[in-house]
Amino acid sequence: MIAELGHFALVLALALAAVQSVVPLWGALDREPRLMAVAPPAAIAQFLFTGLAFAALVHAYVTSDFSLLNVVENSHSSKPLLYKITGVWGNHEGSMLLWVLILTLFGALVAAFGRNLPDRLRALVLAVQGWIASAFFLFILLTSNPFIRLSPAPAEGNDLNPVLQDIGLAIHPPLLYLGYVGCSISFAFAVAALIDGRIDAAWARWVRPWTLAAWIFLTLGIAMGSYWAYYELGWGGFWFWDPVENASLMPWLIATALLHSAIVMEKRNALKVWTVLLAILAFSFSLIGTFLVRSGVLTSVHAFASDPTRGIFILVILCLFIGGALSLFAFRASTLTPGGIFAPVSREGALVLNNLFLTAAAATVVVGTLYPLALEALTGTRISVGAPFFNLTFGPLMVPLLMLVPFGPMLAWKRGDIAAAAERLMAAFGIALVAAAAAAFAMGATDILALAGIALAAWLMAGALSETAFRIKLFQAPLAESFRRFVGLPRSALGTALAHFGLGVTMLGLVAATSWSSEDILTMKPGESVTVGGYQVTLEGFIPRPGPNYEEIAVRFLVRDGGVTVRTMEASKRNFATRATSTTEAAIATFWPSQVYISLGDIATDGATTVRLYWKSLATLIWLGAIVMALGGALSLSDRRLRVGAPRPARKLAAVPAE
Amino acid sequence: MVEGAAAVATFTRPLHRLRRSPSPASRGRIRAPIALLFFAMLGGAALAVTPDEILKDPALEARARALSEELRCMVCQNQSIDDSDARLAHDIRVLLRERLAAGDSDGEVIDYLVARYGEFILLKPRFNWHTAVLWAAPPAVLVLGGLLAFGLFRRARAGDSVALSADEKARVEELMARRE
Repeated sequence: MIAELGHFALVLALALAAVQSVVPLWGALDREPRLMAVAPPAAIAQFLFTGLAFAALVHAYVTSDFSLLNVVENSHSSKPLLYKITGVWGNHEGSMLLWVLILTLFGALVAAFGRNLPDRLRALVLAVQGWIASAFFLFILLTSNPFIRLSPAPAEGNDLNPVLQDIGLAIHPPLLYLGYVGCSISFAFAVAALIDGRIDAAWARWVRPWTLAAWIFLTLGIAMGSYWAYYELGWGGFWFWDPVENASLMPWLIATALLHSAIVMEKRNALKVWTVLLAILAFSFSLIGTFLVRSGVLTSVHAFASDPTRGIFILVILCLFIGGALSLFAFRASTLTPGGIFAPVSREGALVLNNLFLTAAAATVVVGTLYPLALEALTGTRISVGAPFFNLTFGPLMVPLLMLVPFGPMLAWKRGDIAAAAERLMAAFGIALVAAAAAAFAMGATDILALAGIALAAWLMAGALSETAFRIKLFQAPLAESFRRFVGLPRSALGTALAHFGLGVTMLGLVAATSWSSEDILTMKPGESVTVGGYQVTLEGFIPRPGPNYEEIAVRFLVRDGGVTVRTMEASKRNFATRATSTTEAAIATFWPSQVYISLGDIATDGATTVRLYWKSLATLIWLGAIVMALGGALSLSDRRLRVGAPRPARKLAAVPAE
Repeated sequence: MVEGAAAVATFTRPLHRLRRSPSPASRGRIRAPIALLFFAMLGGAALAVTPDEILKDPALEARARALSEELRCMVCQNQSIDDSDARLAHDIRVLLRERLAAGDSDGEVIDYLVARYGEFILLKPRFNWHTAVLWAAPPAVLVLGGLLAFGLFRRARAGDSVALSADEKARVEELMARRE
């Protein structure tokens, strides 16, 4: 009964989405306020009904209602409660339902908090949201309905893939979807503005908080996914250039570019056409990512061809939205008047370079991900495009971008002074050199590339600090004056510095973890020891024990530092009888900021086991940096000038020279 | 990771027996070889490179590891043979080491494997006519974008001078004349 209610709520949500697609648009074109006023309540009601449908599915999972096909295929009564809930989106149908839930959530948020928007723009934005929602409701109801009943109902379900029975599934997909789908708001704003024919600095001001929010979630979602893969997959890698990962990286790169170009548009009324294009592209890549992950095309082009219903459906949605938006863009872009003029060496110029490299990097990821699929579909030739390709093409695009990052905020709008900026960055440059020298002293000067990477990371971090130091006149003015300036700094400026600092932290982690990690592969017996990163790791023994829905054999290791036991680690192999599969759980001990990582291989009958032991140098910084980046974004989002629904900006007291 | 479901299935029955073991007290911290036996043959070993594969010569082994990161495990989804625990990946790792031990250069080993398994095995495709677009795309986008940005600056500069030379110039002169 509850499942039918959920199904029905989904149909009602589709009906509301259809109304929201048409009526406000009509109202906006006819300038009829009563028709436009339909949009907000429709969006909010749509969210409530989708929430109801989602709650119905969660209920079915929690109560193990095996009369639902979706529950049978992905759940089991003995599964812990947390995984019963997260299992809702650990499969195709449920994850699409989560997707539309978040889509309608954003629509409802625009409806609720978009009071400061002009009525026409808000009506148009919500109408575009309605189109997207209608398409995906149809997709779910026609091809991926999670509420399909099964008769007779089996007594037990097939359980969730054990790899997914992890806290990571509770965090990673919702965060990533908040980011993916959050891009739909910028897309809706872009399309609305193109229909309206009016785009100005105010538009950029309205779009930026939404883009920033989506970017924060996307950043956290990607970082969380990376850490999940790191500890769950058991071979210690943190980025595999897997198409599924690339699918999240593409919108992230474009959203990052969009964030920066929207600043130019907001402050200087320039780069309007380009910003609108980026807003369209960011969501287009989210859709392409959804297509790649959800259509099955990645597993095999042939598998996709043999059961193409879902894939074709998403492909049609994709073509309609991307093609439609780009056509509208081509048709209307010429009507957008070019804005402010600026010299190549200026804040705007630096942001244009940022956009150039980010877009080229995104193009590299797109081509590298889609090319093998296209080539096989067109010619039948199979090629592989993997990590070595991306390292060779993506890396060189990132290096100049990262080198330029500290310069950007140091340059003035319109016409900057590169010499003055360089002078202000002398300290940062010195710190970068010292950091590289220190690394050479500590780790040896054999790996020049790694030392350059360390210098680059230090340059980013010190550059971000220099910017803030310059703004508050640290050491140039009395400390009290600097403190007063620091308190008066706009939060968006602090957020920028923090996010750029986080980028440096991530960079430091990446360089150290790839260059100075160690790996030992050996067979160990209880009592045997090996040295990992300066610690003695001893295999203590095997502990067979039952888990909530699996049997496991844990292998205990003692970590000693100069004879003193500092840590106990347990890696394990788990066997899930319900799915007849086993997983390997790595043991990770953090010696801040580095980690010891132990992964198990085969356990032999004579009590020996093959073990892989890693020393992951500064590895935690990779994800910590991403969190710092997201915090920078959040700080910027809390700036009153950007806050959704904030009144016209009041000039801050401490006028900052570069603003 | 999760691999060989069929292989594992045969061991699920002993595991059930283990769960219903008559002496629950012994579950805790025994190091029972009998329990190990069941786990010993479980599939899903996370280890890719196993100790017995590793070559004695560290320099040769380092070359083997570097090479295997560039080679695809062809039955896996986007995994290198260095990361994969699949049977085929193991076989290629062993084969690769045999060739290296026999004195092949890195290029010769790659050529040998491509001749045997096709270009699909290379995670970094070779540059040829059907990968030209793939390799050309990143620099092409950068150059094209660079040209666009250059055009933007040039137009901006042109706009600058136009703004000065048109009616405003006359107006400026008029104002200057009035001031004198």
